[in-house]
Amino acid sequence: MEPQDTDKNPVVKKLRDWDAKAVTEVIEFRGETTVVVPREHLRRACEYLATEPSLRFSLLADITPTDRFPMEPRFEINYHLVSMDRRERIRLKVRIPGNDPVMPSVTSVWPTANWHERESFDLFGIRFDGHPDLRRILMPDDWEGHPLRRDYPTEGYR
Amino acid sequence: MTTTVETAIGPAQTMVLNMGPQHPSTHGVLRVILEMDGEIVVKAQPVIGYLHTGIEKSCESKTYSQVVTLTDRIDYLAPLSNNLGYCLAVEKILGVEVPKRAQYIRVLLAELTRCASHLVWLGTHAIDLGAMTVFLYTFREREEILKIFEYLSGQRMMTSYFRPGGLALEPPADWLDRVRRVVNNLPGHIDEYEDLLTKNKIWLGRTVGVGTISAADAIAIGCTGPLLRASGVAYDVRKAFPYSSYDEFDFNVQTQTAGDCYARYQVRVAEIRESIKIVKQAIEKVPAEGPFRAELPGIIAPSREEMKTSIEGLIYHFKIFTEGFTPPPGEVYQAIESPRGELGTFVKSDGSAKPARVKFRTPSFVNLQSLPALCEGRLIADVVACIGTTDIVLGEVDR
Repeated sequence: MEPQDTDKNPVVKKLRDWDAKAVTEVIEFRGETTVVVPREHLRRACEYLATEPSLRFSLLADITPTDRFPMEPRFEINYHLVSMDRRERIRLKVRIPGNDPVMPSVTSVWPTANWHERESFDLFGIRFDGHPDLRRILMPDDWEGHPLRRDYPTEGYR
Repeated sequence: MTTTVETAIGPAQTMVLNMGPQHPSTHGVLRVILEMDGEIVVKAQPVIGYLHTGIEKSCESKTYSQVVTLTDRIDYLAPLSNNLGYCLAVEKILGVEVPKRAQYIRVLLAELTRCASHLVWLGTHAIDLGAMTVFLYTFREREEILKIFEYLSGQRMMTSYFRPGGLALEPPADWLDRVRRVVNNLPGHIDEYEDLLTKNKIWLGRTVGVGTISAADAIAIGCTGPLLRASGVAYDVRKAFPYSSYDEFDFNVQTQTAGDCYARYQVRVAEIRESIKIVKQAIEKVPAEGPFRAELPGIIAPSREEMKTSIEGLIYHFKIFTEGFTPPPGEVYQAIESPRGELGTFVKSDGSAKPARVKFRTPSFVNLQSLPALCEGRLIADVVACIGTTDIVLGEVDR
């Protein structure tokens, strides 16, 4: 993709220089930068952002899936990265279709992703390839359905 | 699930011990499955979800203003910090800045919340380890802080005092005098607790060198707050990503390097003192009069005066409280430093009056992941100390 004027964020520029295929879109909103990353490049991009000495995104603050039902691609997974000593944040976003909710696990990059990914699996039904222990975490083990999906009713029968 | 381990007298079977969910020292409904080799913990596995109430799901069927009351119930020991995180996120998505007066009052109350929360932590942690007296003292002082919250909002705990756009009510006229009285007394009381604990031989024996975690491990597990700062990382959201005018206050980030239970105790006690420092500065900064809510017709509720005297005010008041307001579509993530660490609030708006998604990145949930690293290889009695110093609130873990 062509470089955009949104590349004024040096992190985005570095990421694009590293591999142009890892950035499909850059969203700027209220001073927050979101980089849309294709699913197949996510783990590589995360490894790069976490280990590159000039970036050092050593803390994965959060993984937040959102459901856009009935729109496609249905799920968006947001990764909130923090570089603690450089005082910088960035959000990675991956869009995945509703009929194939599988993501690469980033537990090998940040061990903290373990519970975040379990939560995403539990509440959204997104499976994470390469996760060491993908079980439900908040809901009981025998629960049916994934409560935070938009087509799961708030009350009444499921 | 049992495995065979090598011991001093030859191979032996481990024993699985279930701790909780009903156990007084787990501070709520935490269950830990412990695999024991005699008295040594081989493997610890936290099991959570017993207090899961689907707060994030409920948020999707409420208007932006209605969600505020739910945030109180996430971390019930620091409700004002939760209010603040959520309100800042909604204000960010609206693109509105609240008046300075409201910002200072928010800082003041958030720091009092930190004091109250750390006092509860100190008391309950001490009682876990057998020091009963401290518990009675800390709850006495905490009550004084809760009285201030009650004076301002009408509620001791579920305050809902911060609202998107500012504060819920004009504070009573003499409230700063009460705050001044409390923060002038508090340092002396903290000295009392320190007299009881800091050089106490039993206290030292139960905490020094117990539950050690290195800075690298703490970061990898995602720990934030006092847990991370006790391992020597000076990461504090108030300093790194200032919000609500925190950059105008003079305070230090408290760190220790040992990374054990005692270091976490030292960090939290020092943080209470720093918070008092911030509160004292805020008392000087808060103007006696002025707007406590941003002006944004149709989005932020108008003042009582305006609602009763102007027809636009009445219309906006009616619309805001029946239909709610509609922020522009977009997503924001707002982090604040809650007493337990980085409290992140992710809000996604689809342009309707109800949030499309609200996610709380609660520090307790992430910090609890460190429990196996803290207590594996140690005695079972240390598990209690380790759970205590991670300072989890189960309402926040399970949401």
